[in-house]
Amino acid sequence: MPSTSMETEQSPIIRLRKITRRFPGVTAVAEVDLDIYPGEVHVVAGENGAGKSTLMRILYQVERPDAGQIYLNGEPLSFHGPHYARALGVAMVHQEFALAPHLSVAENLFLGREPLRFGFIRRRRELAEARRLLEQVGLDLDPRRLVASLSVAEQQLVEIARAISFNARVLILDEPTATLTEQEIARLFEVIRQLTAQGVAVLYISHRLDEIFQIADRVTVMRDGRVVATLPLAELSEQKLVQLMVGRAITNLYPRPETHPGPVLLRVEGLSRRGLLHDCSFEVHAGEILGLAGLIGAGRSELARAVCGADPIDSGRILLDGHELHIRRPADAIRAGLAYVTEDRKREGLALDLGVDQNITLASLPARLGLLLLRRERSVALHACQRLNIRTPSVRRKVRLLSGGNQQKVVVARWLETQARVIFFDEPARGIDVGAKAEMFALIGRLASEGRAIVLISSYLPELLNMCDRIAVMREGRIVGTLSRGQFSEERIIALATGASEVTIP
Amino acid sequence: MKESLSRNVANEPGAEAGLSWRRLVPTQISDLISQFAAAGALIIICIALSIASPVFLTLYNLFNIVSQTAVTAIIALGMTFVIITAGIDLSVGSVAALAGVLGVKMMVDLGLSWPLAVLGGTLVGGLAGLANGLLITRARLAPFIATLGMMSVARGLVNIITGATAVFGVPDSFRLLGQGMIDGVPIPLITLIVLAVAAHLLLSRTRLGRYTYAIGSNEEAARLAGIRVSAYLVAVYVLQGLLAGFGGMVAMSRVASGQPNFGDGLELDVIAAAVIGGCSLFGGQGTILGTLIGAFLMAVIRNGAVLLNIDTFTQSVIIGVIIWLAVIWDQFRRRRFAESTR
Repeated sequence: MPSTSMETEQSPIIRLRKITRRFPGVTAVAEVDLDIYPGEVHVVAGENGAGKSTLMRILYQVERPDAGQIYLNGEPLSFHGPHYARALGVAMVHQEFALAPHLSVAENLFLGREPLRFGFIRRRRELAEARRLLEQVGLDLDPRRLVASLSVAEQQLVEIARAISFNARVLILDEPTATLTEQEIARLFEVIRQLTAQGVAVLYISHRLDEIFQIADRVTVMRDGRVVATLPLAELSEQKLVQLMVGRAITNLYPRPETHPGPVLLRVEGLSRRGLLHDCSFEVHAGEILGLAGLIGAGRSELARAVCGADPIDSGRILLDGHELHIRRPADAIRAGLAYVTEDRKREGLALDLGVDQNITLASLPARLGLLLLRRERSVALHACQRLNIRTPSVRRKVRLLSGGNQQKVVVARWLETQARVIFFDEPARGIDVGAKAEMFALIGRLASEGRAIVLISSYLPELLNMCDRIAVMREGRIVGTLSRGQFSEERIIALATGASEVTIP
Repeated sequence: MKESLSRNVANEPGAEAGLSWRRLVPTQISDLISQFAAAGALIIICIALSIASPVFLTLYNLFNIVSQTAVTAIIALGMTFVIITAGIDLSVGSVAALAGVLGVKMMVDLGLSWPLAVLGGTLVGGLAGLANGLLITRARLAPFIATLGMMSVARGLVNIITGATAVFGVPDSFRLLGQGMIDGVPIPLITLIVLAVAAHLLLSRTRLGRYTYAIGSNEEAARLAGIRVSAYLVAVYVLQGLLAGFGGMVAMSRVASGQPNFGDGLELDVIAAAVIGGCSLFGGQGTILGTLIGAFLMAVIRNGAVLLNIDTFTQSVIIGVIIWLAVIWDQFRRRRFAESTR
């Protein structure tokens, strides 16, 4: 393992100075300084939304920084996009892979730069080169196989092989283990160590504590777009790392709603869906806000979707007011009084080409004998806009033209019209600006205080800690713990969600 | 609870505050222009033709246009629904032939009265549409593939049934449907108007219509909103089948026989009418009025070409260019909308 003293011996291959990137309503990356040395595994850690991915996208020149300078081997870089970054030896493996599934491994490796002779692809040359590259990442498979037939881990190694085939000196891996098994992770780590032994600098984004302590040479912790600290691993303990990631005293960004939980309204018993959900049980009281915490992929959305009939379940019972519900499709859940405000409003929530009014009434069309009551629809929509403060010049405006926050409110308005008594909010604040966020959370609090049961899914812990009466933590499709308000701490939740031994904060 | 809530809010002062109608105007104008770009073209071409040819603006010629395009337009009413769901139906021409020929045979071989035979033929079309709908929702075939297969199957069946020869011997009264007049107005025109009004109401005023748009705009969102997407998709393809079957009967009445080779390539005219009239093949967009305008635009151009002695090949070129222009316009409008969200 390279020693940390190389800082003094070697000059950094990459230097970031005062890098800043703003998005509407939020500064994703703020004045970040970062030095990356050849041959090190440099982990960038932080909570979801801390700015890790944005920073990496800036380095790979997908995202243009608003301010700041990147130096490669001491030379200032201009911005030309990912092609330029790759030509300079900076490669990135994204969370979602960019391979063409219907082409072979070899074809994918050389896509866009096939070895040619007289305009024909030199297939034998291509295959030989591909074998050499695969060997380099420790992947023993026939390069003629189609990418679609590979496992996720194999595809990832193919991606890495492609990245290093550009003679990458800096390799960026964005949460590479999200979908891998233990053995696959071990193999990936081996490949990473081989690469660093050859002098490649590996930038590794992660928020999994166990991994960080296995692979990192140095760790940079980001929070709210800023670098909090860069430390050699030797100077870090799990406890200290968690403290750095969490950092702030829990501030009151979110209005703590006045909730008065009543009797149990929704009870879910032993809900399972093969490969995704394992024996999930929880209950929500009327007037209560239950948080669902966990890492991305822990099964929170899957649980909400299963309860609300969007996905089939293999076993388990769902009871509302003590009566068992038989939910086979979303319509059944809606009729029973459940609602699911989806995470991805554009893909799953809104009919973007329809009007505000038509989106609001989509799940509760006022109709008599099949004929729409258009005047009634209009008044329902007007009142919903008024009540939720949806800002639109007209209720007939296409939803596509509204801001993210207003779009989100349109989705919520739709579910309020169905008289839902239990509402699942899946990342309700994602992609909306700060003002709209505060409004959204105030609204959620109001809905709970009116006696509805709320299940709030969020990857941003401060949201959950402030809003919720209780928090259930999920990991790998299971509910691994439920905390009541007195037991709330970010450290405890992160420990449950990552499976790290619990960190006790003095 | 919803009721009382609405009333509460309605009683609050300034219930409409925050909704400024002035800012709506640009959108509305842009919508109007796009809706009636085809209408504008239609009017301009009509004016030009009435100047260029003294025959064009005669009642005889106008009714002739209507009678010729009625079948296409009737079937295109159904295509509007199909395309709004982001689907397509390539089988309408073959299904019209199959339904029309079977309807004719119900009169000739079974001695059914013509209104019953028309009903029978229409139902045959509906059955074909049901098959399309089930292939799409149950067998999960892409609409293009499901209806491509049906196009071939229906055409094959009608040729097997007839031995690929025309069926004659329909009662004279059957001619009424396609050739008759009421007070000098062609019956196909009256039929088309009635069906178009019904289709318009169905599309704009009923659940089926609203869900048609919702499914085409975002199928997953529609499903999560509790809409039984499969059932509504089947209904839409059945509707298309019924209209194709009825259109087939009108067409057979116009020639007073059962023609197994009728409607070859008709699906392309029908789709073109819908697309020129503003239906988006990506779904979620389209109107009955637009489709009618599209159908008549093509009919008027063909008619004008005949009056001005332009050959059919040149007509074909003109129609193709108009399809391009209509869709380019549509995309241009969409891009402007997309940008204005920023």
